[in-house]
Amino acid sequence: MAAVTPDQLHGHHAPRGVMRWLTTTNHKDIGTMYMIFSFIMFLSGGVLALTIRAELFKPGLQVVQPEFFNQLTTMHGLIMVFGAIMPAFVGFANWMIPLMIGASDMAFARMNNWSFWLLPPAAILLIGSFFAPGGATAAGWTLYAPLSVQMGMGMDLAIFAIHIMGVSSIMGAINIVVTVLNMRAPGMTMMKMPLFCWTWLITAYLLIAVMPVLAGAVTMILADRHFGTSFFNAAGGGDPVMYQHIFWFFGHPEVYIMILPAFGIVSQIIPTFSRKPLFGYASMVYATASIAILSFAVWAHHMFATGMPAAGQLFFMYATMLIAVPTGVKVFNWIATMWRGSLSFEPPMLWATGFIFVFTIGGFTGLICAIAPIDIQVQDTYYVVAHFHYVLVAGSLFALFAGAYYWLPKWTGHMPSESLGKLHFWCSMVFFNLTFFPMHFLGLAGMPRRIPDYALQFADFNAIASVGAFGFGLSQLIFIVVVVKCIRGGERAAARSWESAEGLEWTVPSPAPHHTFEEAPVVR
Amino acid sequence: MNSPADNGLASDNRRLLLRLALSALVMFGFGFLLVPFYEKICDATGINNVLRPEAEAGARFAADAPLNSQVDASRSILVQFDANLHDLPWRFQPVQRSVSVHPGQLVHVEYEVTNTRAEPITGQAVPSYGPQLAGQYFRKLDCFCFAQQTLAPGERRIMPVVFVVDPALPPDVNTITLSYTFFELKGRSAASSAGGRAS
Repeated sequence: MAAVTPDQLHGHHAPRGVMRWLTTTNHKDIGTMYMIFSFIMFLSGGVLALTIRAELFKPGLQVVQPEFFNQLTTMHGLIMVFGAIMPAFVGFANWMIPLMIGASDMAFARMNNWSFWLLPPAAILLIGSFFAPGGATAAGWTLYAPLSVQMGMGMDLAIFAIHIMGVSSIMGAINIVVTVLNMRAPGMTMMKMPLFCWTWLITAYLLIAVMPVLAGAVTMILADRHFGTSFFNAAGGGDPVMYQHIFWFFGHPEVYIMILPAFGIVSQIIPTFSRKPLFGYASMVYATASIAILSFAVWAHHMFATGMPAAGQLFFMYATMLIAVPTGVKVFNWIATMWRGSLSFEPPMLWATGFIFVFTIGGFTGLICAIAPIDIQVQDTYYVVAHFHYVLVAGSLFALFAGAYYWLPKWTGHMPSESLGKLHFWCSMVFFNLTFFPMHFLGLAGMPRRIPDYALQFADFNAIASVGAFGFGLSQLIFIVVVVKCIRGGERAAARSWESAEGLEWTVPSPAPHHTFEEAPVVR
Repeated sequence: MNSPADNGLASDNRRLLLRLALSALVMFGFGFLLVPFYEKICDATGINNVLRPEAEAGARFAADAPLNSQVDASRSILVQFDANLHDLPWRFQPVQRSVSVHPGQLVHVEYEVTNTRAEPITGQAVPSYGPQLAGQYFRKLDCFCFAQQTLAPGERRIMPVVFVVDPALPPDVNTITLSYTFFELKGRSAASSAGGRAS
């Protein structure tokens, strides 16, 4: 980062150029690399999404063939989940957790370096599989058997990429747990920790618990494909539905892995710009923990349509709806924090408020999908697509942008452009809703997802969604301009870059020097 | 930097690292354990009797009782065979266009497939039925569509389908069309599919 001047590296004989980044063990360098990597993956996944939307602009086949379309939807999902959202949050954790708890670095600095540098090879395997004979995997990001057992070698490449990314996230999660539990500054008790650290601690436990299960599931697919086993191969006595059970045992905690750190970021930003402490800190911690625990008991709500006994449907339906309670507590606390606060709407606050608004819409459609009889209607329709993009784009991604605008002054030493930040927010907000809101109607009218063609009555809403998608995609280029301008120069940021921002990260200068808190601060 | 306090922290960190890494390993094993685990739970509780209401109504294992395997000679069903290729340089056709069968009767038919290309190609056949609801009454005991087929250059192969039409077939269905479409599986070499899919 341009802000790190040579005199800040004094006395460490640090390598220069490429080797500095290859060998770095500094949590700030690694956090920066995580974020750049995830943004590149975000753009690649976005290009795939825009190709999908171009094909769906009007009925019939214009741009791509159905086989390639299936590869696009699959790879869009895999890249966005494992390449963009998850590494971006790990990047935030790397940068901010040591600064927030007053530690000098992450607990295992070399392992930190390794867990980042596993990601680029995995990304190359994943994206490179487009050029393998037979193309990339086209089984959907869930890689359901029996399709995933039958695909060409693109599937093997995707399995290896998932193995590598899984190892990387497990190492990153272990690092975060150890850092948060053992490296806190004197006086920083667990219940004084910033909420971002709490949500990441719980997320890290979820990662350690479920990433290995995904690794096991894809290993079983690999064995079915090449070593003559029949875990999921019905012809050999296996059960394809078993795969769905194992996958969603990972998959449902995974969706909280992608949203809990977002809750943490928003819980940092709302109090700052409301100029009030967070309402109900303890209840936020307990709500996060209960969401995480409940997430292990709801996986089969993804499978209502596979034919499940009524007792199972009822259990998973009620357990799923129970999750709305702690989530509701969180939304209530954010709004209660804003209640009678001295609000100001700089870009971070805009994104955070926007997050609450659109994420809550996604939460409500989630409740609707949780009701088994309705879910059987909307299963595999665009209603589900709309639901999970409301929680993943408007949830995780908007929170990531909120966090980026919030901490950019700490990272670069310059304030991000307020007008461009606001433009970025309003363009994203409008185009996001233009893209995904019509999908609710499409889904309710019965348009199936993952299909490159559709019946004529869906044409108008699809055209609107495609226009929105291109608008949303292009709006993200504004963010590149903001970040580049912010690194190059701009208004100098004070140590406490936002008025009434609380936390240890605002006690170190902006930009944060290469080494911080070598003497642990004392928290009163 | 080597104060006793730092050493204590480093060993604390290592202990926690080992414990967390161990739990990750345990969870990896747990993923595999889920396979027998689900089967045992379903067996023990009998909750896997989906779409078998008679089994839930008390006679829990009624559905496992022997089915009436009598051939219903009073009905004749015309089964027609169809073959399609999807971008595949093969010749693929049923040996017989149609057969007339009684429900419950074991029937053996054949398809013929020829690789016209000078290279080995792997394909997978996907069946479909007309009318669609006939699929659930069409019991295949053996089918070439159960496995991937790798054909050597110029190879010609006769492949079997062995099936029984369930006597429970609704009385208004008199004709069933069984249609196969062969898709090429690019990127699966002959060796890997022979090892993985030989069944």
